[in-house]
Amino acid sequence: MKIHEYQAKELFRSYDIPVPAGVLCEAPEAIDQAVEQLGLPLAVKAQVHAGGRGKGGGVRVARTPEEAREAAEAILGMKLVTLQTGAEGRTVNKVLAEEGVSIKNELYLSFIVNRDDATVTIMASRDGGMDIEEVAAATPERIIKVGINPLLGIQGYHVRLVCLGLALEPAVAKKCGAMLRNLYRLFTNADCSLLEINPLIITEEDEIIALDAKIDIDSNALYRHKDIAAMRDPLEEDPNELEAAKYDLNYIKLDGTIGNMVNGAGLAMATMDIIKQAGAEPANFLDVGGGADAEKVENGFRIILSDPNVKGILINIFGGILRCDVLAQGVVQAAQSIGLEVPVVVRMEGTNVEEGRRILADSGLDLINAVTLSDAAEKVAAISGS
Amino acid sequence: MAIFADSSTRLIVQGITGQEGQFHTRQCIAYGTNVVAGVTPGKGGQKMDEVDVFNSVHEARQATGANTSMIFVPPPFAAEAILEAADAGIELIVCITEGIPVMDMLRVKNYLATTSSRLIGPNCPGIITPGACKIGIMPASIHQEGGPFGVVSRSGTLTYEVVHQLSQEGFGQTTCVGIGGDPVNGTGFIDCLEAFEADAHTKAVVMVGEIGGSAEEEAAAWIKAHMSKPVVGFIAGLTAPPGRRMGHAGAIVSGGSGTAAAKIEAMEAAGIYVCRDLGTLGRLCKEVYE
Repeated sequence: MKIHEYQAKELFRSYDIPVPAGVLCEAPEAIDQAVEQLGLPLAVKAQVHAGGRGKGGGVRVARTPEEAREAAEAILGMKLVTLQTGAEGRTVNKVLAEEGVSIKNELYLSFIVNRDDATVTIMASRDGGMDIEEVAAATPERIIKVGINPLLGIQGYHVRLVCLGLALEPAVAKKCGAMLRNLYRLFTNADCSLLEINPLIITEEDEIIALDAKIDIDSNALYRHKDIAAMRDPLEEDPNELEAAKYDLNYIKLDGTIGNMVNGAGLAMATMDIIKQAGAEPANFLDVGGGADAEKVENGFRIILSDPNVKGILINIFGGILRCDVLAQGVVQAAQSIGLEVPVVVRMEGTNVEEGRRILADSGLDLINAVTLSDAAEKVAAISGS
Repeated sequence: MAIFADSSTRLIVQGITGQEGQFHTRQCIAYGTNVVAGVTPGKGGQKMDEVDVFNSVHEARQATGANTSMIFVPPPFAAEAILEAADAGIELIVCITEGIPVMDMLRVKNYLATTSSRLIGPNCPGIITPGACKIGIMPASIHQEGGPFGVVSRSGTLTYEVVHQLSQEGFGQTTCVGIGGDPVNGTGFIDCLEAFEADAHTKAVVMVGEIGGSAEEEAAAWIKAHMSKPVVGFIAGLTAPPGRRMGHAGAIVSGGSGTAAAKIEAMEAAGIYVCRDLGTLGRLCKEVYE
């Protein structure tokens, strides 16, 4: 789960990690109060779950109260388009006003869960403020990586390796060390899957401050972080995906025209690939899970059909725990209660498949039966006209 | 004959009294798996059908000589269940549970490295040696005993599809291992490939991967350097959009790494027969084998 920059900075504050003073504004008028409180100059920053906000016009520096007001008016309500938002962009509902700071040096710092060696890995670079993927591609030697075994926790030498790698002066290194320890505590206590500060700055006064803050939280761990779970911003999420989550369905909307419903994430991805190979584009990813029942299948149908781009549906179920007869009943029930206005290809295999096929055949519904995956691909190609 | 699990497996089930635990324990017993005990803290002394339930893995192991555990404990307690099994000296731990926090798994993985226990999963269908032993939730009926194919996969139902196609082509399986879809898991592709390479009855291997991480690339490099048996590969997620988690916690393409295309390229460069159309995988296996 992603959280906003201002929320990440609240977490930083509660772990004594230095951040600039800031005020959250949800209406342009609120910026006047922020100016009074923070002084000038100040930065006005769009709060959306996407990087690249500066390039997209979502961050402005104001030197007068009028400029602050203009910035807030311009950014609040705008459709912010960045590399990470897609062409449709994101509507900005909140801005964070922050005090100006004097920047001597911009650094990069992040903590990640490193799946390759099962460590919490710190990545740091003197090339702050830049796109770190570009730095990694062009000059990988300029990125320091320090892996921490979570059974040991962060040790003095971890801290020294990072500070030495960043060539920090002793006075700054001491402050950076304290910050790294606090960040490690936050990262592990709060079940972060990613924590990124870009840029991390050193001020003219040799203070070290997190100018930006990005945190992703492991969704599987939200049960033990009620306070962080409450930070979820539904406005940042696709309404259909939210609706699906209510029924414990795993749905991701995509741009194509062939809806699909599959049990199991791997098979769901493979089914999307088959749709593409048939010359069409998948409209979604939808995993109904191993324990799906008729009701889940019906809700899955409803969510797929709420996407007006959907011109046809492929159902691909490999019955193991989810028996084919149960699935077939769900399909029939859903079709009868929602009404099928687009062609539906059903491919079932596995437990009780004969019974499942019989239920579909006897239903009188206009379903297209496919036996193998290749057969299903051909029938999808036929209904998509490709 | 097989890898990791066979007729000498003596299985306990952690979380045997839960709904899932009961259902799948019965299925495993019906298949012929030797289930010697169950564990549910607080329910020691009870029975699940004919199976004795103990309060701890230590007790269960002491009483029955169990060497393998299958875990159905809910996510908040599953990591601890793995640690308990390892601490009690269980040799093979198969964790089916989906949704364990990754921070828990980081600690588990580092601890297991100091023990001799092998973990399969979490978030996996389990492991089956057809005709001998089923430890997991896979439908038994699609499998066929006797080899010659070994199967290793990150996915559940996708594995069933692959196994089904193998059986349809008349090929049995020595052992099928679902290593799980989480970013941090126990046994990996290379562990299984190494075991299949050493297993006389396995003549060829199917390896099923998906987007995210670099496990397939590393496996490809290992295959190129060490594997004499042919490997057929499949990667799910060619059409997955970057930055989105596709169901499995580990299935995410980040910053251009972990893509299906990159994995397929690495696998083909290592001499793996990569199937691009899942519907034809069984046929490809036949061609490769013959």
